[in-house]
Amino acid sequence: MAENALQFLEAHPLTFALVRILIIFAVLSGIVAYMVYLERKVLAFMQARLGPMRVGPWGLLQPIADGVKLLLKEDIVPAGADRFVFLLAPAISVMAAFTVFAVIPVADNFLITDVNIGILLILAISSLGIYGIILGGWSSNSHYPLLGALRSSAQLVSYEVAAGIAIVGVLLFSNSLSMVEIVKRQQQMGVWNIFVQPVAFFVYLVASVAETNRAPFDLPEAESELTAGFHTEYSGFRFALYFLAEYTNMVLVSSIGVTLFFGGWLRPFSNVAALDFLKYGPVAGALGAAAFVQWLGRKSPVAGERRFFVGLALLLLAIAMLLVASPLVLNAVQGVFWFFTKVLVFLYAFIWYRGTFPRYRYDQLMNVGWRWMIPLALANLIVTAVVLYFVNPHMPSG
Amino acid sequence: MPETTFLDANELVINMGPQHPATHGVLRVKLKLDGERVIGSECIIGYLHRGVEKIGENRTYAQFAPYTDRMDYVAAVTNGMGYCEAVEKLLGVELPPRAQYTRVILAELQRIASHLLWLGTHALDLGAMTPVFYTFREREEILKIFENYCGARLTTHAFRIGGLQYDLYDGFEKDCQRFCDYCLPKIDEYETLLTTNRIWLKRTKNVGVLSAEDAIAMGVTGPVLRGSGVKWDVRKAQPYEAYDQLEFEVPIGTHGDTYDRYLVRIQEMRQSVGIVRQCVERISTGPIMGKVPKVIKPPVGEVYHSIEGPKGELGYLVVSDGTLNPYRVRIRPPSFINLGALDKMIRGHLVADVVAIIGTIDIVLGEVDR
Repeated sequence: MAENALQFLEAHPLTFALVRILIIFAVLSGIVAYMVYLERKVLAFMQARLGPMRVGPWGLLQPIADGVKLLLKEDIVPAGADRFVFLLAPAISVMAAFTVFAVIPVADNFLITDVNIGILLILAISSLGIYGIILGGWSSNSHYPLLGALRSSAQLVSYEVAAGIAIVGVLLFSNSLSMVEIVKRQQQMGVWNIFVQPVAFFVYLVASVAETNRAPFDLPEAESELTAGFHTEYSGFRFALYFLAEYTNMVLVSSIGVTLFFGGWLRPFSNVAALDFLKYGPVAGALGAAAFVQWLGRKSPVAGERRFFVGLALLLLAIAMLLVASPLVLNAVQGVFWFFTKVLVFLYAFIWYRGTFPRYRYDQLMNVGWRWMIPLALANLIVTAVVLYFVNPHMPSG
Repeated sequence: MPETTFLDANELVINMGPQHPATHGVLRVKLKLDGERVIGSECIIGYLHRGVEKIGENRTYAQFAPYTDRMDYVAAVTNGMGYCEAVEKLLGVELPPRAQYTRVILAELQRIASHLLWLGTHALDLGAMTPVFYTFREREEILKIFENYCGARLTTHAFRIGGLQYDLYDGFEKDCQRFCDYCLPKIDEYETLLTTNRIWLKRTKNVGVLSAEDAIAMGVTGPVLRGSGVKWDVRKAQPYEAYDQLEFEVPIGTHGDTYDRYLVRIQEMRQSVGIVRQCVERISTGPIMGKVPKVIKPPVGEVYHSIEGPKGELGYLVVSDGTLNPYRVRIRPPSFINLGALDKMIRGHLVADVVAIIGTIDIVLGEVDR
């Protein structure tokens, strides 16, 4: 049965591609929804409170409740707005954010497509997302959104330059623009790019926080004088789309960062045979999650919730056992597990910044971008290129 | 003024408040902007005017005391203390030591609570969202002590003319000690989050500089004055209650910018903890009321008495015509007078800095408008 389905899919590559797209789209939407939940929970714990607790056990259904609420809300178009553009703009943002995932290799066996200009495509399409912001701000026909949109786009454009130059440093090592090749090259070299390009990673990290409009660079949205920035006039589903785009972008820049600097789907020390036991990472992850859930269940005062958590813990235990029992499954989830673990660390860092830092002023933000990040990235690029030339003057040029 | 050309942008007048998340209540500021730079400003106040001073003329001396709680409602204890002391001065009443020390303890706890509230909201204005939860957690401990003492958390009416409303509850000293032990490491925690944070430095250093001369000329008091480097604290300069028997430092700043005022307030919290500790050690049993007549009817005369509130010098001018009601109660609210320096401080800064500077003055509109 399963083999039949596989044969069918291989005979119909287009259908196969569609299935993969659907899976990645669904998984991504789920991740984004629960990213919001995670953010609220983690921030709450940093701030000595509980976060969402009401909808479902431990507030687990909160993202669904939020989604339904936003879908049911009235979709208001302000009088005097450019209706067509106003309705279109959020779609542009979301579309750009999701499209980029086409070339992100979640694992060597789990990706939509691999094109030989992958990273270029990413930079090109994610730049298009700015149209969503600037058109949304402009078409609202209102002061705050317009100012917010101008600021956002200025911020995004300037930090994109820094991020782009930083990425070139990585490309010098990988000799390829394909995302899969970049990961494979890291396997060949035996080290992740972060260790050979730490400066580039630093610049990329700062730029990615700025590009996603997150704290401490969240001026376009949270600056007290600009209300909510470019999406002030949006409500209901269209607001939800902007929200979705923002969090998708967070997952996106994290995924790109993981692919470029942290070896994508590779497990740590993938070339060291002595550390082969690390392949049981997924098992450890499932066991850890089971223990955590069990602990939550014991703390819960509600009998129904306790039962739910025990069930969840048992499910996770079963998954762990399945992973131990079947090397086939273990190998299959290997890449996905390490990729998402790394992405999760990135996302956690995003939340962490938000809980820790005050906000930059607009002019300071631009200063940091143009006077520090871009020169730093350029210097890194030049030094990398020169060093590489002397270390290996006959390096194949691609 | 250079010649203007057709390329110059017009000046823009924008209105901040009275409903604005960062103007701390109902302050309204009209800003004249050149691009994003502030070239002039005007504060419009009075949205919370309740005629407190006029009410004072129509109440007996004792009846008016609770009204003072509602001026600076985040530092009610201090407000009530200032008024009670002014009337006591008018009556010539001497307080027993137990009442004096209790007043100092509660006033210093109130100072810490007020500074905690200021720190949380100020950091929130600058985009750091976490400190506000921490400071409210610590403030809660202080409010619990107040609640145990007099049943109220915010508008406490903790004192009575001539002494205390209630005697201390069992375990009050222990609660205060415990709070002191708990509070100091927490203040260190805030400092780890902010004091050396690059972004915090960028947002507060050289922002809203007020020179010592300007500060004195404008009658600014409290941490704003001390941030500018003037060592003036009513507790030291004109000691009242038991302050002359207590040891504490008066922290001052050097540049008079927002960062210095932040440091001064942080240091003041530490000093206040020290004062509370000393008082708790020295407090003795004894009467809690001085010799006050049943009916308060001060002799004809007037008295001005000021104390160091959390926000600056809080003064009461009470005029008696020998009847049951005061003839006039004039209040010198520190927030109102410190707010006068706002225009000086924000000129030449960006709109985003206005938020920081309003926060650093630490105003409470209930007190500004009265």
